[in-house]
Amino acid sequence: MAKITLSKLRHSYYPNPKLADDYALQEIDLDWEDGGAYALLGPSGCGKSTLLNIISGLLVPTEGKILFDGKEVTSLTPNQRNIAQVFQFPVIYDTMTVYNNLAFPLRNRGVDEAKIDERVREIAEMLEVTDLLNIRAAGLSPDNKQKISMGRGLVRDDVNVVMFDEPLTVIDPHLKWKLRSKLKELHQRVKATMIYVTHDQTEALTFADQVVVMELGQVVQIGTPVELFERPKHTFVGHFIGSPGMNILNCTVSEGVAFLGQEKIDLEGPITKESGTKFEIGIRPEFVTLGKTGIEATVKKVSDIGRHSVVETSVGELKVAAVVEGETPSIDDVVHLNFKQDQTRLYIDGWLATAAREIKL
Amino acid sequence: MKTENQKAWFFVLPVLLLVAFNALLPIMTVVNYSMQETFGNNLFFWEGLGWFEKILRSERFHAALGRQFLFTGLILIIEIPLGIAIALSMPRKGFWVPVCLILMALPMLIPWNVVGAMWNIFTLPDIGLLGYFVNHVLGINYDMTQDPFAAWVTIITMDVWHWTSLVVLLSYAGLVSIPDAYYQAAKIDGASNWSVFRFIQIPKMKNVLTIAILLRFMDSFNIYTEPFVLTGGGPGNSTTLLSIDLVKIALGQFDLGPAAAMSLIYFAITLLVSWLFYTLMTKDDLN
Amino acid sequence: MQKRSIVPILYILFLLLPIYWLVAMSFKTTNEILSGFSLFPQTFTLDAYKTIFTDPTWYWGYINSIIYVSLNMVISIAVALPAAYAFSRYRFLGDKTLFFWLLTNRMAPAAVFALPFFQLYSAVGIFDTHLAVALAHCLFNIPLAVWILEGFMSGVPKELDETAYADGYSFPKFFFTIFIPTIKAGVGVAAFFCFMFSWVELLLAKTLTAVAAKPIAATMTKTASSAGYELGLLAAAGTLTIIPGAIVIYFVRNYIAKGFAMGRV
Repeated sequence: MAKITLSKLRHSYYPNPKLADDYALQEIDLDWEDGGAYALLGPSGCGKSTLLNIISGLLVPTEGKILFDGKEVTSLTPNQRNIAQVFQFPVIYDTMTVYNNLAFPLRNRGVDEAKIDERVREIAEMLEVTDLLNIRAAGLSPDNKQKISMGRGLVRDDVNVVMFDEPLTVIDPHLKWKLRSKLKELHQRVKATMIYVTHDQTEALTFADQVVVMELGQVVQIGTPVELFERPKHTFVGHFIGSPGMNILNCTVSEGVAFLGQEKIDLEGPITKESGTKFEIGIRPEFVTLGKTGIEATVKKVSDIGRHSVVETSVGELKVAAVVEGETPSIDDVVHLNFKQDQTRLYIDGWLATAAREIKL
Repeated sequence: MKTENQKAWFFVLPVLLLVAFNALLPIMTVVNYSMQETFGNNLFFWEGLGWFEKILRSERFHAALGRQFLFTGLILIIEIPLGIAIALSMPRKGFWVPVCLILMALPMLIPWNVVGAMWNIFTLPDIGLLGYFVNHVLGINYDMTQDPFAAWVTIITMDVWHWTSLVVLLSYAGLVSIPDAYYQAAKIDGASNWSVFRFIQIPKMKNVLTIAILLRFMDSFNIYTEPFVLTGGGPGNSTTLLSIDLVKIALGQFDLGPAAAMSLIYFAITLLVSWLFYTLMTKDDLN
Repeated sequence: MQKRSIVPILYILFLLLPIYWLVAMSFKTTNEILSGFSLFPQTFTLDAYKTIFTDPTWYWGYINSIIYVSLNMVISIAVALPAAYAFSRYRFLGDKTLFFWLLTNRMAPAAVFALPFFQLYSAVGIFDTHLAVALAHCLFNIPLAVWILEGFMSGVPKELDETAYADGYSFPKFFFTIFIPTIKAGVGVAAFFCFMFSWVELLLAKTLTAVAAKPIAATMTKTASSAGYELGLLAAAGTLTIIPGAIVIYFVRNYIAKGFAMGRV
C-alpha cells in the first residue's frame, strides 16, 4: 500500500510533440492517498487508460515523475513497482487450474509453498471461488474468470496499488452489480490503494471515495461523488455526471446579473470571475420545477423513467430538462420553469464562476 | 443461430456433384480394381482380398512405408519447432512485417516440379551453388546421385525450404492475435520468458498449430513431385517414398490390382493418422 | 527486438538462395554452366528467355497453365460460395457428415487418383483439355474453398441477411449485392489458395494432358530428360513460373495473415 504522487506528468504518443493537441495527457499533478479507493472517470479518449498505464509502468511518460511513498519509480518496470492490474477482459492462464493461477505471481517471487497455500485459500474465500480451486481456468464463466484476474492481483500482500481498467466490460449486466459490490468489499478488507478506471459513472460513483474526472487529457475535477454531483466545477462534469446530466444553457451577463434571453435568472451567489467569452447557466433537472409562473417553455418530449419522468422542454433555441414526479404535461404544452436559486450556477468558459452564498443565520 | 432448412441441399448440390465425380467415381474404380486380377484385354477375374494381403505382406511396401514415415517424422520434428521459433522472433508490428511475410510465402507458390528442378541445379556437385560449396569449400563429399544419405539430406532440406513458411505464417497469425494485455499481465506477475511461452503463447496458438501440424503431416505423407523430380526415387530406391512407389506401379507398370489395393491402404493410413492427430490435439476442447 | 531480427533475416536469406541460383543460371550460357562454377553470370545472355518467348512449345505451356488455373479458380469459388453459405446459415440432414467428407478429400494422396483420373477423364472424352485439369483440381480446391469461405461467412451476423429480406431484397440480389461484398476478403483468400494449389500441382496436371493442354511443368520435365542438359533454358522456364505467384501474393498481401488464420483463429 502506498501513497502515489504524480508530478508534472505529461504524455504524448508522438515522438516530437509540440502543440498541446499532440499530448494525450496534459499536465497532471495529483496525490492519491494510501489505501484510498479512487475512480478515474471520463469518456473514451480522455486519457484515463494512458494515465493508468503510466502509473502501472506499462508506459513511460514523456515528461514528469511518479512517486510511490516519496520514492521515484518513473523508470521502474511494472514488476519492480509491485502493482497489480485487472484488464477489460479476463486475463488468466487457461491451461492452469484456478489454484495455480492464483499461486503464479507468488511462485514467481519464490515464496514458499506453505505461505502460498495459505494466501491462495484466503483470497479464494474472499472471492467466493474456493470450490473452483481445482478446475482448469479455461472452463470458467467470464465473471468468475474476472474474479480470478482480480485475485491474482490481490494475492501478493505487498502490492502498492491495484488498478482496474474497465473490468466489468465483458460481464453480463445482471452480474455487474454483484462484482461491483464484491470489489467494494474487497477494498474494505484489503485496504489497498485501488484505482478504478471507467467511463460508467455508476461504477465510479459507487466504488470510489474520491473520483477524478478527466476529459481530453486533463483532470477536470477531483472530489467525492456528492461533491461532483452537487458542485461540478466544470460544465463537462455537470453534464457527464447524473442522469440526466445538468442543463447547460447559454446566457448573457450584464452588470453582475445573468439573463436567459430576456429573463433575469437568480444565481446561487456572487460571480467570482471577471470576464470570459462563454457564459452558461448550469442547473440540474432535479432542481427545475414546473409552476404557474416562470420562464415560458414548450414541452417537446416526456420520458417515463419509473420513479419519475424527465420532461424535455425548449425555451427558444435552448433545451431545458426537468425532473417531474407525478403528473406530467403533454407534448406541445406551454409550461413555466422555475430554477431553485441555490442550485443555479454560472459557468464562464466552462468553469464554475459563482460562489455559494453564505447562509446568514 | 442456424435455422433448419432442408432446401439448403440445393446450395450444396454443385459442390457435391463435382467432388463426388472426382472422388467417388475414381474410388469406386479403385475399389473395383483392387479386388480383381487382369491379364490385359479387359478381362478381369475376381481376386477378393488377395491383393490387399499381398501388399500388406510385401517387403517392397513395407520398405516404402517405412521410408515414408521416416520422412514425415523428420519433417514434422524439424519444421514445426523451426516455424514456431521463426514466428516468435518476428516483430508483431511494423513496416517490414508484410515484406517479410511476402518473401517467406514465395517458396510455396513455386510449381512443385520447379522446386525439384531448382534444388537439382542447386545441389549438383561441381556446378551447383550448394554442391560446389559443400564439396569444394567445406571439403565434404556430397553427391546425391551416388549417396543415399546425401539424397535424404537433400530431400529433407528441400522440404524444409519449401514448407516451413506455412508453419511460420500460421504461427505468426496465431501469435499476432494474442492481446497485449496478456503480455502486460505476465510482466506484472513476474513471469519468465519461458513461462510466457508455455502458459500464454502456446495455449493461444493451439488452433493454428493444429492446422499446421495436420497440413504438414498430410502433405508430407502424400508428397510426390518434388522428391521425384529431384532424385527420381534414387539412388536405387533409397528415396522412393510411398507416392513415388505407387505411381511406378500404377502408371509405370500398369499393375492395376496391386496399385489399387495399395492406393486404398495408403489413403486409409493417411486418414487414420490424421484423425489420430486431430483427436489428440483437440481432446482438451471436448471437456 | 533488434537482436532477434537476425533470425527472420537469416531465414529469408536461406529461402532466397536457391531462387537466386535459379535466376542466375537462367542468364548463363549452357557452356558456362557446364564448364565450371561461377557465382555470377560471366557471359550474361538472354538466349534462354528468347527461346521461351518465341518457341510455341514453351510459351504455350504457360498459357495452358494459366488457363486451367483460372478456370479452376472460377469453378471452385462459384460452387463453393452457395455451399459455404448453406453450411454457415442452415442446419440440414447430413450437414456435419458432408462437411467432414469434403475435408477428407483434401487429405487424399494425389498419387491414388492418378490412374483413375486418367481412365475417368478419357472415358468422358475430356482428356488433354484445360477443363480436365481444372475439374481434377477441384477435388482438393473445393473443400478448401468451402472451408475458408464458411469461416468468413460465419463471422457475418445473421442480422444482415434478415435486414435485407425485411427491406425487400430477393435472395439472389441480397447474395450478390450485399453478402459477397461483405466477405470479399474471404473470397480473396479462398481464390488465392485455389490459385496456389492449382498452379503448383504437377502430377495430375501432367497425367491428364498430352499435347493440347500441356502445362509448363510438363514441358519443363521433357527438357530435362530428353534434349540433354539445357540447364539455362530450364532455369529460365523455372524463373518465369515464379512470377505469377509473386504477383498474386502481392495482391493479397494484406490478407495473408488473416487468410492463414482462415477466419477462424
